[in-house]
Amino acid sequence: MTDNLILRVIAKLLIPIIVLFALYVQFHGDFGPGGGFQAGVIFSVAFILYAMVYGLETAQRVIPESVLRLLASLGVLIYAGTGVATLALGGNFLDYNFLAANPIAGQHVGIIVIELGVGITVSAVMLLIFFTFAGRGQS
Amino acid sequence: MIETHLSLLLVVIPLLAAPVTAILPNGRLPWLLTLLVSWLCFALAIWQFMMVMDGSVISYELGGWAPPWGIEYRIDTVNAFVALIVAGMAAITLPYAMLSVEKEIPRDKLSLFYATFLLCIDGLLGITLTGDIFNLFVFLEISSLSTYTLISMGQKRRALTAAYQYLIMGTIGATFLLIGIGLIYAETGTLNMMDLSARLPAVFGHRTVHTAFAFIVVGVGLKLAMFPLHLWLPNAYTYAPSAVTVFLAATATKVAIYVMLRLVFTVFTIEFVYVTPTDSMFMLLGVLGVIVASVYAIYQQDAKRVLAYSSVAQVGYILMGMGFASAMGLTASVIHMFNHALMKGALFMAVGAMVYRIGSSQISQLKGLGRQMPWTFAALVIAGLSLIGVPGTAGFISKWYLVLAAIEQQAWFIAIVILGGSLMAVIYIWKLVETLFFQTATEDISIKEAPLSLLVPTWILVIANIYFGINTELTVNAAEAAVNILENVRQ
Amino acid sequence: MEYLHGHYNYWIVILLMMVGFYTVISRGNLIKKIAGLNIFQTSVFFLYISIGNVTGGTTPIVADGFEQYSNPLPHVLILTAIVVGVATTALGLALVVRIKEAYGTIEEEEIHNQDESL
Repeated sequence: MTDNLILRVIAKLLIPIIVLFALYVQFHGDFGPGGGFQAGVIFSVAFILYAMVYGLETAQRVIPESVLRLLASLGVLIYAGTGVATLALGGNFLDYNFLAANPIAGQHVGIIVIELGVGITVSAVMLLIFFTFAGRGQS
Repeated sequence: MIETHLSLLLVVIPLLAAPVTAILPNGRLPWLLTLLVSWLCFALAIWQFMMVMDGSVISYELGGWAPPWGIEYRIDTVNAFVALIVAGMAAITLPYAMLSVEKEIPRDKLSLFYATFLLCIDGLLGITLTGDIFNLFVFLEISSLSTYTLISMGQKRRALTAAYQYLIMGTIGATFLLIGIGLIYAETGTLNMMDLSARLPAVFGHRTVHTAFAFIVVGVGLKLAMFPLHLWLPNAYTYAPSAVTVFLAATATKVAIYVMLRLVFTVFTIEFVYVTPTDSMFMLLGVLGVIVASVYAIYQQDAKRVLAYSSVAQVGYILMGMGFASAMGLTASVIHMFNHALMKGALFMAVGAMVYRIGSSQISQLKGLGRQMPWTFAALVIAGLSLIGVPGTAGFISKWYLVLAAIEQQAWFIAIVILGGSLMAVIYIWKLVETLFFQTATEDISIKEAPLSLLVPTWILVIANIYFGINTELTVNAAEAAVNILENVRQ
Repeated sequence: MEYLHGHYNYWIVILLMMVGFYTVISRGNLIKKIAGLNIFQTSVFFLYISIGNVTGGTTPIVADGFEQYSNPLPHVLILTAIVVGVATTALGLALVVRIKEAYGTIEEEEIHNQDESL
């Protein structure tokens, strides 16, 4: 019981820090190492740690699987949607120059939105994989 | 405005439809969305083919970055022809899939199945349209991963081991391709295929380029089931769901053959082929593939397995055409790509209809079924005649061109092998026909004819077989234009 | 000697590649095959990144005071390839879980024996 107590306390302290770090990696991807995939994996690690310490059912109450499937599709649609938006605004696919008033701001906006889509999909898929594998042995 | 973005829409529309399909409720809706997307892509592919039929080239820059700095989609007659095959087979398989898939896949997996199917179509179309070699690798992996998933959804548990074996071998092949790409990137500094073909001749003598070529040929050869690397194919085609087998048999190996043609004849150019023993290697492996696979096909006890080994033999024919390294040989290869898609599509559809009715494809259980399912049986007979190469069917055209290419180079042994392969095809097709029609059923249950939604796509393909065997204008013109492009590069 | 220590990155790549490939073909346990596949793919990542390194160049992130950067393109290619590898591993392991449920074993020989007897 003492072991579980240490784990629970430390997990409760660390999970917000992990989420914060994931967001940092996500949004600093165009200035340093980082980006959508890495941030998505770190973000999902926070939830996986919660599931491992507090139990799978509790974690599935925090984020149900149907929400995860929606989020996974949403990320891909954000990515492809940005491309379609650039098509509609007159450029080629994923031509970020058209997304804002001047090309440089356009490139910034484009990359941030795309990486956000990637991050959402990757974290949702990683969590889905974990929940599916972990829930398998109990059925 | 659609016209400028045509090639892009062919890739983006299935990509947008796939996540939407994944979240639709199970039922007919995922199938309907997939059907509409595939028909739309077929229409776009026809439009695109008509735009490049006269020899012009479409170049689409992704992200507005000019090649070679950016990724470009480069479409000439070869690409557009293969994209036409892929989109066309998708459009014909989806109506067939409505009933066939509902019977073989559990209902709660339907939306995910169709989402994966859309991703597979998207990956295959992306491979054919791209002009950047790393983009080709990414799309190859997209289509491969979705293929492994689709195969693993077969009914028997052997589908799982078949998918696993294909996963291991396919990933090794793709990694070999990645190594080859890395080595030629190190030598030339570019990833654009046209730019590579301009820069590679300067470094032809380097050992790195030869090593890269070897890795690329082995990697792609694994994907197209070149003779000793074909071991994944029989299990994968036999145990996959019927609609998946139809689609994969008609498209997956053809796209891999296109990749081989593009990388060997356009990127590395025909001068490299002359400097290395590539053509003799293709010829040897093609001949071995035809002989060994046809012999295996004769001894199989499962109808789908017979057709799967027959597919390996047909890929052997296409490799023989490439091994001639002449215009006539390459023409024969490209024509046979198209014709084999039609032939095998029709054959697997007919066998799939039988599986739909009796639940098994074992030859022992097919006795006398031909008399109870006459339309399906007739489709199988005509497609089988096309496979053998009877005049009046599409198969005859490709065998004709192959024999012409052999005679042109006075390779009499090769011509005998081609005809011998046809004779062995007669044996295993006759085995199927004889069991279906001339033997009596062991049990006395009456089997109804296959439902219309399975029969109509089968007969469309069968009639296409006969049509393209008589009116060869489309295939021969496309193949000759394709060969011109494959041989004259660096424009 | 220059051949050995000048090209040490290639020697590492070759070692990892052979270890990974040998594991895939010689081990009968399905999970060990996937592990070997991962090692094989990792060796290819090393190949790309070590080729992209420029002597005297710093990491390819824009910073003040640096003129020479290493080539950023291989890094981007390998990010994509890593994601592909992760997806393949996940798919392979999911297949192994289902094979275990269907056959009761994950040793290739026993699976083969069960299938042959059908």
